[in-house]
Amino acid sequence: MTGSISTLAPPAARPGGGKNDLKIVVVSVFEWFGELGIFCARLFRAFTSPYEVSELIHQCDETGSKSLPLVALAGAATGVVLSLQTRDSLIHFGAKSMLPAIIAYSVIKESGPVITGLIVSGRVGAGIGAELGSMRVTEQIDAMEVSAVDPFRFLVATRVLACVLMMPLLTLCADACAIVSGWIADTLAEPISLRHFLDNGFKGARFSDFIPPTLKTLGFGFIIGIVACFQGMRTSGGTEGVGRAATSSVVLSSLFVILADVIFVRLILMIYS
Amino acid sequence: MSQTRSNPNAASVEIRDLRKSFGDQKVLNGITFIVSHGRTVAVLGRSGTGKSVLLKLLVGLQAPDSGSIRVAGEEITGLDPYALNRIRKQMGFLFQQAALYDSLTVAQNVAFPLRNTTLSENDRQEKVRELLSSVGLKEEHFAKMPAEISGGMQKRVGLARALALDPAILLLDEPTAGLDPISAAEIGNLITELKRRRGITAVVVTHDIQGAKTFSDTLVLLNDGHLVAQGTFDDLRKSKNEFAARFLGNGDHVSNGR
Ligand SMILES: Nc1ncnc2c1ncn2[C@@H]1O[C@H](COP(=O)(O)OP(=O)(O)OP(=O)(O)O)[C@@H](O)[C@H]1O
Ligand SMILES: [Mg+2]
Repeated sequence: MTGSISTLAPPAARPGGGKNDLKIVVVSVFEWFGELGIFCARLFRAFTSPYEVSELIHQCDETGSKSLPLVALAGAATGVVLSLQTRDSLIHFGAKSMLPAIIAYSVIKESGPVITGLIVSGRVGAGIGAELGSMRVTEQIDAMEVSAVDPFRFLVATRVLACVLMMPLLTLCADACAIVSGWIADTLAEPISLRHFLDNGFKGARFSDFIPPTLKTLGFGFIIGIVACFQGMRTSGGTEGVGRAATSSVVLSSLFVILADVIFVRLILMIYS
Repeated sequence: MSQTRSNPNAASVEIRDLRKSFGDQKVLNGITFIVSHGRTVAVLGRSGTGKSVLLKLLVGLQAPDSGSIRVAGEEITGLDPYALNRIRKQMGFLFQQAALYDSLTVAQNVAFPLRNTTLSENDRQEKVRELLSSVGLKEEHFAKMPAEISGGMQKRVGLARALALDPAILLLDEPTAGLDPISAAEIGNLITELKRRRGITAVVVTHDIQGAKTFSDTLVLLNDGHLVAQGTFDDLRKSKNEFAARFLGNGDHVSNGR
């Protein structure tokens, strides 16, 4: 249990020569991934009865319902921006009738999932990191262990599962808000009915265009949940440690969501073409 | 809880040559003692000698560097988390800082260990009420959050939570610290009562020498990571061991020292 996510922070504060610093960083990065692997293995063993259903519902409410307004707002803003920006370019190329399709495709395939992922990383990642972190430093997690309640089952499994389940739903909601707000921005510039806008947007769309991008958010949810729980559970060093856990949860989960997106997009393209 | 008094191992705790260090700091340096079934041992020692660390080793929250810990006859060092859980169901643990769940009310805290039992909701509430009144907490505090009750009350809620699963073995880290003399005596009586009625085995870390004298069968005295003396209160008080005599406030010694 070394000091962790100083791992990915610049090694400036460490003593020793430049070469040594690099070595320390590389080793601690590997260590971090190793420990994360053990953490995942421990988590999968925790998915057995008795299931903590009420805690799961509570966590779904925390991650899902409480993130909804923020996600909806961000989705709506994205839709408006997309509509305004794209409209200009399309007029330039004389392809204005493509606007609904471009908004629908880019929102559902990319902007919706990624924006939702980043917002949930920020809001839920920080929340989980700080909550578990402070439970760790005040020995509440130890107390749970000695009451023979497995903290992996009660705290970690429920939170990770809630993130996994809620991400696609939040994404769909962000998508819907973005498309509707895209339409509003469009119709203000040049009146078009929502019906017409949607018909236009989804003309010729295939199943494979829209399902995989939404399903990949299951993966985002898992990344956010597991990274935040991991950082929270390994917190040490009092209040300052809790702060570090919250920050590193957000930084790492956003980073990994973006990296995972690259991989998912590549995979989806490979499978469907 | 069925009585298993016939088996002398039923709820014993045996510690052999236990060592634990944090980095370069050697905290426990070969501790050996046995708490037999139904006995209460008070662990005494100066602040920072590793009493809390010792208790955490006993319940498997930390792993010793070497040595053996047998709880109810079963070696617990090196057990995997699931096997440990089984043993922990027989143990109640009170943390020095109480470690109450700060997002749950007092009553929910005490009910928490009961969540995976077969008790009905009504029985559970009844049990929680019983436990909380046994540690002297008034009904008006049951619905409060831990942050809204006093430190001494938190400690008592922690004790009630430790008792929730009717443990055969109790590990208490300073149960009477921060309590007024009357409440402290009540907790002492509770421990004596549990021992008498349920044959509970207990390891109690305490700085309360009067309390230790009344509720414990034997005392274990730690200093600098070593066990310096063990025995009954009177044994230790009269012992030749200078530290023990001084620690327990032997009047002769003090006057000799002057
Ligand atoms: N997690 C830890 N990491 C590093 N050192 C620790 C850790 N826990 C305890 N220690 C060290 O072990 C020593 C013993 O600590 P412990 O809490 O057991 O003391 P104690 O005997 O319970 O004291 P007190 O009577 O004040 O509660 C202390 O010097 C402490 O610095
Ligand atoms: Mg202590």
